Amino acid sequence: MTDRIKKLREQSLNAINRISAERAVLVTEFYETGIDRKVSVPVGRAMAFDHILRHKEICINEGELIVGERGPAPKACPTYPEICLHTLEDLEILDTRKKVSFKADDEVRRIYKEKIIPFWNGCSNRERIMNLMSEEWLNAYKAGVFTEFQEQRAPGHTVLGSKIYSLGMNDLIRQISEEISRLDFINDPMAFEKREELKAMEIAAHALIMFAGRHATELRNLAETETDEARVKELKEMAEICSLVPARAPSTFHEALQYYWFVHLGVITELNTWDSFNPGRLDQHLLPFYIKGLEDGSLTKEKAVELLQGFWIKFNNHPAPPKVGITALESNTYTDFCLINLGGVKTDGSDAVNELTFILLDVIEEMRLLQPSSMVQVSKKNPDSFISRTLQITRTGFGQPSYFNTDAIVQELIRQGKSLADARNGGASGCVEAGAFGTEAYILSGYFNLAKVLELTLNNGFDNRTQKQVGLETGNPEEFSSFEALTRAFQQQLEHLTAIKMRGNNIIHRIFADYMPMPFLSLLIDDCIPNGMDYNAGGARYNTTYVQGVGLGSITDSLTAIKYHVFEQKTITMKGLLKALSADFADFEEFRKELVYHTPKYGNDDDYADDQARLVFRMFFEAVDGRPTSIGGKHRINMLPTTSHVYFGSVIGALPDGRKAGQPLSEGISPFQGADHKGPTAVLKSASKIDHLLTGGTLLNQKFSPSFFEGDEAISKLTSLIRSWFRMDGHHIQFNVVNAATLRDAQKHPEKHRDLIVRVAGYSDYFNDLGEDLQNEIIRRTEHEGV
Amino acid sequence: MAGNCIRVKMMKGLVFDIRRFTVHDGPGIRSTVFLKGCPLSCSWCHNPESQSGLPETSIKIFPLEGRKFREEEVSGKWMTVEEVLNEVEKDRVFYDESGGGVTISGGEPTFQPEFLLSLFKALKSKGLHTALDTCGYTSWENLSLTMNYADLYLYDLKLLDDKQHFMYTGVSNKLILDNMQKLARSGKRIIVRLPVIPGISDTDEFFSALRTFLGKMKPEVKEISLLPYHAAAANKYKRFGKENLMKNVKSIPKEALFQRKSELEAMGYSVKIGG
Repeated sequence: MTDRIKKLREQSLNAINRISAERAVLVTEFYETGIDRKVSVPVGRAMAFDHILRHKEICINEGELIVGERGPAPKACPTYPEICLHTLEDLEILDTRKKVSFKADDEVRRIYKEKIIPFWNGCSNRERIMNLMSEEWLNAYKAGVFTEFQEQRAPGHTVLGSKIYSLGMNDLIRQISEEISRLDFINDPMAFEKREELKAMEIAAHALIMFAGRHATELRNLAETETDEARVKELKEMAEICSLVPARAPSTFHEALQYYWFVHLGVITELNTWDSFNPGRLDQHLLPFYIKGLEDGSLTKEKAVELLQGFWIKFNNHPAPPKVGITALESNTYTDFCLINLGGVKTDGSDAVNELTFILLDVIEEMRLLQPSSMVQVSKKNPDSFISRTLQITRTGFGQPSYFNTDAIVQELIRQGKSLADARNGGASGCVEAGAFGTEAYILSGYFNLAKVLELTLNNGFDNRTQKQVGLETGNPEEFSSFEALTRAFQQQLEHLTAIKMRGNNIIHRIFADYMPMPFLSLLIDDCIPNGMDYNAGGARYNTTYVQGVGLGSITDSLTAIKYHVFEQKTITMKGLLKALSADFADFEEFRKELVYHTPKYGNDDDYADDQARLVFRMFFEAVDGRPTSIGGKHRINMLPTTSHVYFGSVIGALPDGRKAGQPLSEGISPFQGADHKGPTAVLKSASKIDHLLTGGTLLNQKFSPSFFEGDEAISKLTSLIRSWFRMDGHHIQFNVVNAATLRDAQKHPEKHRDLIVRVAGYSDYFNDLGEDLQNEIIRRTEHEGV
Repeated sequence: MAGNCIRVKMMKGLVFDIRRFTVHDGPGIRSTVFLKGCPLSCSWCHNPESQSGLPETSIKIFPLEGRKFREEEVSGKWMTVEEVLNEVEKDRVFYDESGGGVTISGGEPTFQPEFLLSLFKALKSKGLHTALDTCGYTSWENLSLTMNYADLYLYDLKLLDDKQHFMYTGVSNKLILDNMQKLARSGKRIIVRLPVIPGISDTDEFFSALRTFLGKMKPEVKEISLLPYHAAAANKYKRFGKENLMKNVKSIPKEALFQRKSELEAMGYSVKIGG
């Protein structure tokens, strides 16, 4: 990497996360004027957006080629008091929490105390939501049956398509004027709403041009005082670029990246969208600019790499906006889930891997940054060389890129009603969520705790932790005469609790549609302009609301254990089991050992256990899929946890799978920690027994030691492993290369790591099966490998 | 034929393990079926529990939060061909994608010749790629019968000096060397597997004798795997209460191994370290 990139990368890595009050102050100033009360809600939001971009500090870092920061400096993170208001306690927690802290200096705290808190206290969107939710929703939420994404962040979950590479903001403004001129105020009862939304979009488009113009001015000012000739030339070129884009469509590689970056800043400044917006299919969008630049001599490969690396650093400068309340204390992800997609298929279905795909893989490998995250879309059409190059990066052990099945994603999206072309232009974002890029609002509504449903079923709907009747009274489990009677009760609970979640979603959707529109984001996602409708109100071509199931491994193993021990082997009565659970297995250790070691488990390609995974998945799918949303979309499911399996575990007592109270649940669709002991192919076979094509994403983690990836032959066999998994319609797989700390933990707690495979010499073996000396040797070797 | 079918179904073999995702026992992703019982007793054996032709019991420890539950575990299970087939069929998609298949190993698979043959026939009838991992210590008749069904032989060659071979494995190597030459002449693909044991087979004498011996089988035998000695089985010796004669033997330095590898490569062999 060049010196400039080295410096910028260092700057980004060393920058300290801090809370910036800038945006909070500007947005508060705007609403203090009361102007918003004279205009419609969307126009008011657009004016607030304009106000922020007009007055925020312009930050240009030394030596950089792509400009623009969300805050006044790298990693200076704004707040969104209109969505959720940080209290002084929250600021203190953020400042002092151990992991991913955000410095909140005295000045920020003073501003919050004197200005922000007094103005927004009691009237943030979060408070509106909490005021309007039903008691049953609040009870289930507090019991930990589900989480709520939109409580603290806006529902912006989407990815940009190809639009900005052919249209400038001025082109969009022209489209808007045409739509306004066509409105029929006599026959269309929605004409007024449409006009206000379109006017808001127009204001937002102008605001972004103005914001770029402010950068152009600043760059020219810097050029005046700069002494280095080469830099002066660069600054002038950059100023020129900022005065051209985003007003018009980009015509060069550099312009395309800078245009996207302004758009990115616009989206993440307008509101704190979940998850962060990203450019999606970057190797597709940039290829024409790359080729053109090489042909006309305005670009070299080295220059393109440097620009891309600078672009990467911009993402890393922008951590996820910090949360409030208990989530501030417990959730400490830095990443804002920008997931760059590489590979896959083109609109016509052909192989999309190109020269730039491999250049981008080089960039990912060299930058080694948390943000943006990266993934490869693997279609049967893509060459093996694409996978093997990616595996070479994976084996370096930083968890990226992850692997996605394009052919499955296309089928998932088509099942949901997207056109073939829109499906092929899609991909995955956030963690693993399938979406039609540029045309879909696919909003994650919250994680859903599948294991909690069983706990409630075993307690006749009563939650012991919050001492409330959270679920239905489905009967005393001691009276269930068969396993089917139990699963029927479980299904009733599941239907009841998912319905509570979806009713809540439909209220929250309307709150955002009516009070928190996002006219800037709406400009970017088709067909908000022709529909004259906001992104948050259902203006996109496709609108999907996801409920994300968590704990598949835990619920499967728990139901299996009940089937096996209570109803078939009769090693224990239901009464006895309930007693063991409420005692958290105290005095039931022998029984717990049977549960952990001698009971069929999900993840071993054993239908006896996997049948319960099929059953629960089907019940969850049927309870949610296709239910309408209040913004004209449909509810769908996916299976991913991010880190919620830890929180969900903390609100559940002991489970029949042998897991003790408070321990994390299984994550994604992976088996419970250590439950699988037949190797990766057995895990993949088990996980393929749920129908991935009925979801909008599933998440599967596989662990390997670094040495496992040694040599071309290992890479080729892992390539086959991925191909096989995708042939079975698996949606996603990621390889976690384990480090020495994990191996040490495995020495201490072998029961949690029964799945850990290490390469010994010419062969691989389960870590647990090795003698202590050899384990130590492998730990030393792993440390030496530096992962 | 009908009678034969029933016999196949009823016949049972003593299996001590079926491992999935074995990636060092032949091409592609494979499953390896380990049959129990071996006529040899190599001092360095890393599956000591596979030597006896009968099921064996040992104590296995199941740890749970610091507490250790000790339970008897039987090593070796009588299985029908169909049961084995059902298990290995589970990973067919992986074999198909990777050009893999099923390897039969041991113990010494030819120690249960009838079961081995039935299993091979069944695997081939399902269109699976097959490999036999053998020490070669069996009658030529037994070995030649597998030739119609095994696509690949992983043929262990332990020591060339007969006295030494007898000392470390308990048997003469005459039969082993004869069988190998016959097999090579038949044109079957053979990968020669050499356990490289410090101070025993990791010697210049051995490698010089090896070159002469393999030279007789040119050009049929082209592939060699060097299997460096490792102390992985130390725990198993303890568990099964067997004497570990290799207790003081250290692992081979990587450089020495690479030296052996390049010497053989210079002679035109394709050499891998590990299976």
